[in-house]
Amino acid sequence: MKKTIRPLFIILVLVFLYAPILLLILYSFTDATTIGAIRGFSLHNYVTLFTTEELRQMILGTLWLAIVSAILAVLLGTFGAIGSFYSSKKINIFMSSLNQVPVINADVVTGFSICILLVEVFGIDKNTFIPLVAGHTLLCAPFVYLSVMPKLKQMDPYLYEAALDLGATPFKALNRIVIPQISSGIISGFALAITLSLDDYFIATYTKPSTFDTISTYVVNATKGAQTTIKTALWALCAVIFVIVVLVVTVSNLRTMRNSRKERAGI
Amino acid sequence: MKQTTEKIIELNNITKTYASGITAVSDFNLYVQKGEFVTLLGPSGCGKTTTLRMIAGFELPTEGEILLNGKNISTLPPYERPVNTVFQRYALFPHMNIFENIAFGLRQKKMASGIISKKVKHVLDLVDLEGFEGRSVNTLSGGQQQRVAIARALVNEPEILLLDEPLGALDLKMRKEMQLELKEMHERLGITFIYVTHDQEEALTMSDIIVVMNEGKIQQIGRPEDIYNEPKNVFVADFIGDSNLFNGIMTDHLKVRFCGGTFDCVDDIEKGTHITAVVRPEDVIITNPDEGTIWGRVDSVIFKGIHYEITVICGKNEVVIQSVNAPKVGEFVGLQVDPDNIHIMATGDSTNYFMADIRPDFRLEFNGKHLDTSVTAIISGSSRREDGMLVNSLGDAIDPARTKIMIGIHPKDITMTDQIEEGLIDGYISNLVYKGDHYSYVIHTEIGQDFVVDDEYLWNMNDHVGLIMPVEKMTFKLK
Repeated sequence: MKKTIRPLFIILVLVFLYAPILLLILYSFTDATTIGAIRGFSLHNYVTLFTTEELRQMILGTLWLAIVSAILAVLLGTFGAIGSFYSSKKINIFMSSLNQVPVINADVVTGFSICILLVEVFGIDKNTFIPLVAGHTLLCAPFVYLSVMPKLKQMDPYLYEAALDLGATPFKALNRIVIPQISSGIISGFALAITLSLDDYFIATYTKPSTFDTISTYVVNATKGAQTTIKTALWALCAVIFVIVVLVVTVSNLRTMRNSRKERAGI
Repeated sequence: MKQTTEKIIELNNITKTYASGITAVSDFNLYVQKGEFVTLLGPSGCGKTTTLRMIAGFELPTEGEILLNGKNISTLPPYERPVNTVFQRYALFPHMNIFENIAFGLRQKKMASGIISKKVKHVLDLVDLEGFEGRSVNTLSGGQQQRVAIARALVNEPEILLLDEPLGALDLKMRKEMQLELKEMHERLGITFIYVTHDQEEALTMSDIIVVMNEGKIQQIGRPEDIYNEPKNVFVADFIGDSNLFNGIMTDHLKVRFCGGTFDCVDDIEKGTHITAVVRPEDVIITNPDEGTIWGRVDSVIFKGIHYEITVICGKNEVVIQSVNAPKVGEFVGLQVDPDNIHIMATGDSTNYFMADIRPDFRLEFNGKHLDTSVTAIISGSSRREDGMLVNSLGDAIDPARTKIMIGIHPKDITMTDQIEEGLIDGYISNLVYKGDHYSYVIHTEIGQDFVVDDEYLWNMNDHVGLIMPVEKMTFKLK
């Protein structure tokens, strides 16, 4: 009895998680215009996706935004974490609690308040992209802080002192010793920042220039509209994103497995 | 080794107090001559590592100055000091290979890469790790990592090499090998070594000079033989090697009585002085009962590999002996000690002193509790006038708010109790030394005052105890 329930439960969970996305992928390879009626195999959704200029611009724009804001967030988050780590315990705790607030806070609040501060109070034009990039950087930086901090805590504190002892200035010691030691935290913070920026809807709607769209804002608008070719092309987009994500996760898991095996062999 | 008498480093009146109020090192004075191997030795928390870190520049002294070749370097950052450190857990850079680890210091000096390779190869030869350049740090054993750490420091040709318990993480056999190797390296290179350890055997094996520390203070500075044979105080005697400590008294010229027997000794101390005698376990000779200076019954015999550890009970005293011949448990034996092997320390004044307040009703108060005596009873000649004023024997007024009383009480007059409220004050046992027929305890109290208490029963370290101090045993002094 137990033996059949256990795998059944796992299968149920997996079906629940993956059935919707698999259905969407299935439909992306048909010429159906609505979900429900499959007529025949077709690649026209993919053709539309990669040939429509508007769609290409939107995807590239979203990626650019993600990369730029992730880089800014990594700089802010990493140096914030290092600064707070090497401060007194009180300041460290204070900074870490302040850092928690934007993490837990609802995105709609963050987006709305950035819009008010930058656009209404400081009068910065949304078309400059400054409010949008600032918004996404603000969204991601606390997560970078959170992924870097544990690496600092795990690091042997004497490494930094050893570097100073060997004649490195504090700046050089930071550059040559501390940063390489926490690089895995910085990289995972960067990856997290990219996905957060790609996912975001609320901050983008409040702060983006009116002529610019990210994937999220575009999809929301498109599903409301009547252009069925674009709408079904977005199914293809979803399928592509899903495949990329699966690839990234698989590759990174394989690498961690290989590394841990190597480490064990090394010791 | 000591061709010159040039002082390479001097620590003058160094005190280090942390922001938390803890004083790690207080009034530390030491100079090290060029080329010496100096060891800072003490139990954990004695301030030895803090001292080393102040020399390295990781901590700044709160008071005092550090002179390197006569130049004040007290506030110089670590990267500007010509000293290098070998860290306790090596602190090798895991993301660099062995070559890059060792080259790190030279690269900071912007040295040409040809010279760097040559120097790295040279120090790797020196620590017996030829051909390890390309290896990564985590493929090395603990001993090998230790050698790399030493090479990484030595390649910079420091004026002083600082070693912070560098062998602590190695197993016993490896540690013994490295001790000899380090000593040999020191003699070959002629660099000044300052070494920190809590392992007294390590210190005795390697050092030219040992600095024994406890609770942030220097207890004794001297050559290993002197520290071992002529400990200056009970702490050093107890910490260095195994020793029997006995309370005794000088009965005559070069005659000392302890443990129920009178021994000949070589320390010329005034007759009648209270002393503590130190006798090393290997210096006690077991004889026939009629040939011994003192007698006792064998309580236990433990085989220790090279020798037996034998405990003999002589009256109220317990004597520990190391010998290659073992008597039987329960056997009656005589004990002898060669006069040269009895080291005598005049007991310093171990009386506890503390300050008490005078309450408005002229009773004494200490730690929020009142003492069952009044001021007039303890200040000779004082009296209270009709108007309530307190005057001394000359008729001058004594202002209770501005006057304090210093109370003295001898360690043997204080009783420890589990009933915390019964004590005048309470605290935790922070130190205990066995003195032949009783234990001498140090009790740390909340108010920052330490009390020395003698008790024949064994209490545990960190026990929370109340201290009962009978008023009739106290001495009082006006301050």
